[in-house]
Amino acid sequence: MADFNSEFWHWYIAIITVLSILACVWLVRWMTSGFEKTDEVESTGHVWDGDLSELNNPLPRWWLGLFYITLAFGGFYLLLYPGLGSFEGFLKWTSTGQYEEEVTIMEAEVGPLFAKYQQTSILELVKDPDALKVGERLYLNYCSSCHGSDARGARGYPNLRDADWQWGGDPASIKTTLINGRIAAMPAWEAALGGQSGVDEVTQYLLRLSNRATIDELADKGKAKYDIFCVACHGPEGKGNPALGAPNLTDDIWLYGGSITRISESLIKGRNGQMPAYGEFLGEAKVHVLTAYVYGLSQEN
Amino acid sequence: MTNNETYNYKVVRQFAIMTIVWGIVGMLVGVVIAAQLAWPALNFDVPWLTFGRLRPLHTNAVIFAFGGCALFACSYYVVQHTCHARLAFPALAAFTFWGWQLVIVLAAITLPLGITTSKEYAELEWPIDILITLVWVSYALVFFTTIIKRKIPHIYVANWFFGAFIVTVAILHLFNSAALPVSFLKSYSAYAGVQDAMVQWWYGHNAVGFFLTAGFLGIMYYFVPKQAGRPVYSYRLSVVHFWALVFTYIWAGPHHLHYTALPDWAQSLGMIMSLILLAPSWGGMINGIMTLSGAWHKLRTDPVLRLLIVSISFYGMSTFEGPMMSIKTVNALSHYTDWTIGHVHSGALGWVALVSMGAMYYLIPRLFGRELYSLKLVEVHFWTATIGIVLYIASMWVAGIMQGLMWRAVNADGTLTYSFVESVQAMHPYYIVRTLGGAFFLLGALVMAYNLWRSIADAKPVEVEIPEPASAH
Repeated sequence: MADFNSEFWHWYIAIITVLSILACVWLVRWMTSGFEKTDEVESTGHVWDGDLSELNNPLPRWWLGLFYITLAFGGFYLLLYPGLGSFEGFLKWTSTGQYEEEVTIMEAEVGPLFAKYQQTSILELVKDPDALKVGERLYLNYCSSCHGSDARGARGYPNLRDADWQWGGDPASIKTTLINGRIAAMPAWEAALGGQSGVDEVTQYLLRLSNRATIDELADKGKAKYDIFCVACHGPEGKGNPALGAPNLTDDIWLYGGSITRISESLIKGRNGQMPAYGEFLGEAKVHVLTAYVYGLSQEN
Repeated sequence: MTNNETYNYKVVRQFAIMTIVWGIVGMLVGVVIAAQLAWPALNFDVPWLTFGRLRPLHTNAVIFAFGGCALFACSYYVVQHTCHARLAFPALAAFTFWGWQLVIVLAAITLPLGITTSKEYAELEWPIDILITLVWVSYALVFFTTIIKRKIPHIYVANWFFGAFIVTVAILHLFNSAALPVSFLKSYSAYAGVQDAMVQWWYGHNAVGFFLTAGFLGIMYYFVPKQAGRPVYSYRLSVVHFWALVFTYIWAGPHHLHYTALPDWAQSLGMIMSLILLAPSWGGMINGIMTLSGAWHKLRTDPVLRLLIVSISFYGMSTFEGPMMSIKTVNALSHYTDWTIGHVHSGALGWVALVSMGAMYYLIPRLFGRELYSLKLVEVHFWTATIGIVLYIASMWVAGIMQGLMWRAVNADGTLTYSFVESVQAMHPYYIVRTLGGAFFLLGALVMAYNLWRSIADAKPVEVEIPEPASAH
């Protein structure tokens, strides 16, 4: 068994366990034998602290029965279930086995429902209120801890109700995001931009892209730097690139906050967004329904 | 013939007084964090007032400050009286008092600051752990040397339990706190992964088994027969349940790790040994309660005795509930829910705190040569405490079972019926009732403090000569 690195430990556990249970039985028998005749209660004769003494009543029968029952139960349990070292028990039960069995039963129960949904295209599913209800429950179980129970996200976690999609908002892209997860890597640019002054310049240019008030002199210098360092991912117009997960910089939607401080921070330190992969965990059928729900959220407006 | 030697009551008095003080502090913190769970805004956005920092402060204060001082006071009193000998090494005994108070004060400073090993009930960082070790070794020296000095050949049953508690807690503390310091205030456990979890719960459950059970059974075995004026019910039962209890408890830790990465065999052993523990635990309950046979009428007139007997009843109830919760299928429902919190508090409030309070009612007036100021107030304390406990554990049963059922409820499509936050929302009314229960219990403790203060106000500490033992056999 993998639990033990040598046969010795198997025997060590098994023998100590059996001896321990037998020792309890012996202890009780020792304290009940040889006392049968003394039905009358006697004192042990010891006296402490003036008036502290002890009687020597026999062990209550019901209590003895209780003790023996638990000891016998322990013995039987160890025959049926794992416990005595690497002896796996006659029932061959394992906690992993129990888990897998429960999963199989559940899959058999809900499998047909999801198989039916999987046959339907996402654009059709979005019109099926029952499917959306199932999708909503899946969303609340698995997605809400990051994206929020209202799906409006939080700093670092995208809002799923707007039309802004970092990795593409069509059903196929959303499904790919759910199945494989996404890893976004915005590098740290402080050194390349020439320290804090360069960061300030690019920050001003980014504000201009979002049509916010800027210090023009800085923003002009920032554009020059943008065209060298940022353009490859975010594009010449700052519209981003869903293939790379590079956000659109012109819509004033900011995943990591849109204040000057936050934008500078993103430039200085970089950002690493990670959406976990759910394909293996949920299975494609559930992801299909979930995709319909998430796609539907952005279609509401 | 008397040699004019007196009992060392000074250190007992010190510990007894601090039992009351730390009890009130610890329970107050408990009420505060219970209120925070019902109304989270009560942490006022102050880091050191947040639940995560105050909760270990509460557990450390009630277990090690309140419970610890009660154990020190009672064991020092009992060992002297049942050995007819003055406490050995008076300087070391004084060190155990001042050292232990320092440990408590350091805990009260470091825990709110967030300085913690993050091991439950063993949160204190390594320099404090070393101080605990020094205090504990001194405690063992004082206690066992006094036993050696005894004038009566037979060692009284209370001392078996105190002895087992002192020895085992030393071992538990040394093994579980083994850590690699990386700075003065930060260390990492010597164990990793599931082994760390196993060592932690071997420690954690035996903190319950030896600190909160064996030690307090020692208290019961002296103060119940004394207050009832009756002999202990059965010596044989003492022998069986002592050995079975101390032997079996040490196996029970893995039941805290059911359905985890811990190997199945270890989980099984933890479970069956927890079940086997039921009878040995109840042996103590029988011996305590049946000590009253022939003196039941005293329950009507003596509220202190009633407090002690009710504490034994709660002990019986908790030690039935515990083995049941250790069964895997029950644990699958109860684990991680407030049911566990309710279970712990039926033991902690019902058993540990009540038996300590009963002992303090007996002890503190005697240490100052006074009578108890008011039995009426003990009556008031008894009822407020009992109502508090019932409110606490009943609300946590309902809350815990409801949580367990909500977490496992699934829809026809296999999704969870409730999101986690919905189960949190459902807890709100029960958390309010629990806070109320805790407040009642605290109120009772304040009544006790007033009563004891009135008993000993302007009294002088007494010196009592050690009597010769009654002629044995």
